Amino acid sequence: MESRFVPQDKVATHNNSTRKAIYATGQSGVYEIVPSSGWEVEAEATLQAVDELARLAASAYAKVIAGTAAPLYFHMYNCRMDFAVLAQASGISRWRLKRHLRPDVFAKLSTKIVARYAEALGLTVTELYQLPKKEQVSA
Amino acid sequence: MLKLDRPFIHMHSAHCESGVMSLLLSHYGLKISEAMVFGLSGALMFAYIPFVKLGGMPMIAYRRMPKAIIKGIQKNLGVKMRMETFSRPDLGTAALDNLLAQGQIVGLQSSVFWLPYFPEDMRFHFNAHNLIAYAKDGDEYLISDPVFENPVRSSTHDLERARFVKGMMAPKGLLYYPLALPETIDFVAVIPKVIKKTARAMLKTPVPVAGIRAIYALAKTIGRLQDKDRRYARLFLGHIVRMQEEIGTGGAGFRFIYASFLQEAGVILGDENLKECSRMMTAVGDQWREFALMIAKSIRKKKSLEIDFSALQKKLESVAVAEAQVYRKLL
Repeated sequence: MESRFVPQDKVATHNNSTRKAIYATGQSGVYEIVPSSGWEVEAEATLQAVDELARLAASAYAKVIAGTAAPLYFHMYNCRMDFAVLAQASGISRWRLKRHLRPDVFAKLSTKIVARYAEALGLTVTELYQLPKKEQVSA
Repeated sequence: MLKLDRPFIHMHSAHCESGVMSLLLSHYGLKISEAMVFGLSGALMFAYIPFVKLGGMPMIAYRRMPKAIIKGIQKNLGVKMRMETFSRPDLGTAALDNLLAQGQIVGLQSSVFWLPYFPEDMRFHFNAHNLIAYAKDGDEYLISDPVFENPVRSSTHDLERARFVKGMMAPKGLLYYPLALPETIDFVAVIPKVIKKTARAMLKTPVPVAGIRAIYALAKTIGRLQDKDRRYARLFLGHIVRMQEEIGTGGAGFRFIYASFLQEAGVILGDENLKECSRMMTAVGDQWREFALMIAKSIRKKKSLEIDFSALQKKLESVAVAEAQVYRKLL
């Protein structure tokens, strides 16, 4: 790609905070690093992934409200995790984690286990028992 | 341990690991560009491993595993690195602070998600990001993150959390810095050796999860998406683009940075074949970008419109043909 064709689409996913370095050929065909404000193509792919995580968080939120899942279920997706990531980050096996998502099971968990989830999610134990208000949920 | 009083200068790079290694080596006196680090580490690859999932998506990578660049550079250039991991976060922070107090600059592995300076939309649970801490100012680290245009900062607490995240590819507080550097690099010997090794690895993989065969395997999977759930198909295609373009690759999944390496190597050795291969690799990179654009157009469409999976498959197969030609010419 020639330097003059490096996309400068000012994409929202960069948050205006940084540009990314792209390798492209200058006028004499010599490679150089060109700072790019982003390419719409990659921004769309990124937003697709972000939206998918937000969708999962929103559907988890609804399940918690309906009383079929513990707030942990929402916090997991809200922290952009899934079962595999949270299980590894907390050191609690996946099948135990899945069981802990039942509201009745979660209510009886020891403080030690709850603290491990809270630590992995970067939340306080109190926050883990609650849901944020709907308007604070990005979805 | 290497000693010097030179002020540290941040540089903007395409990729975290090659950028960190280029900065570390250059700072301590072995001037070497990011493209040369990438090429000479032999880290260029293509891998598609359907049975290893990350965030519900199969692993697709355009280079070798994390840390392959650090290891490859040590092996191929005779650089000696000190690499240290820690059993407890407080030990890792103390060791880092101690090195910074002695005026060292230090390479670190960390999670992307917990770094405070990353834009919100780029924060994912990827644990093998690389950056340099070059000083401490009160409770804040001064950080040179090569994929950022300017130096950034992080609090002690945030950086500690990012360095000691648990999970896949957990950094365990990994820190690294050069212990000994070679006086000079014997480019005449090392360049052809590493290039041939990379070309062979891409052309002659025994299993279809790596190399050119993996590109064909991915193309075949795309063709088969026809029979899969549409939401999954869209996410799968978007995932390819993210691995290729969003995750700091310098464009076209490291193919442009590799073309830049071939060009620089060609100039150093006065080798016209390498310069020609660089131009061919640039054209291959352009094709990868066209492929990404085709995907973006097809997943952007309204749900009622059909995605032409077989067109995407054919496009990717033609990329594989063109890329294989470059490697054959390099052998």
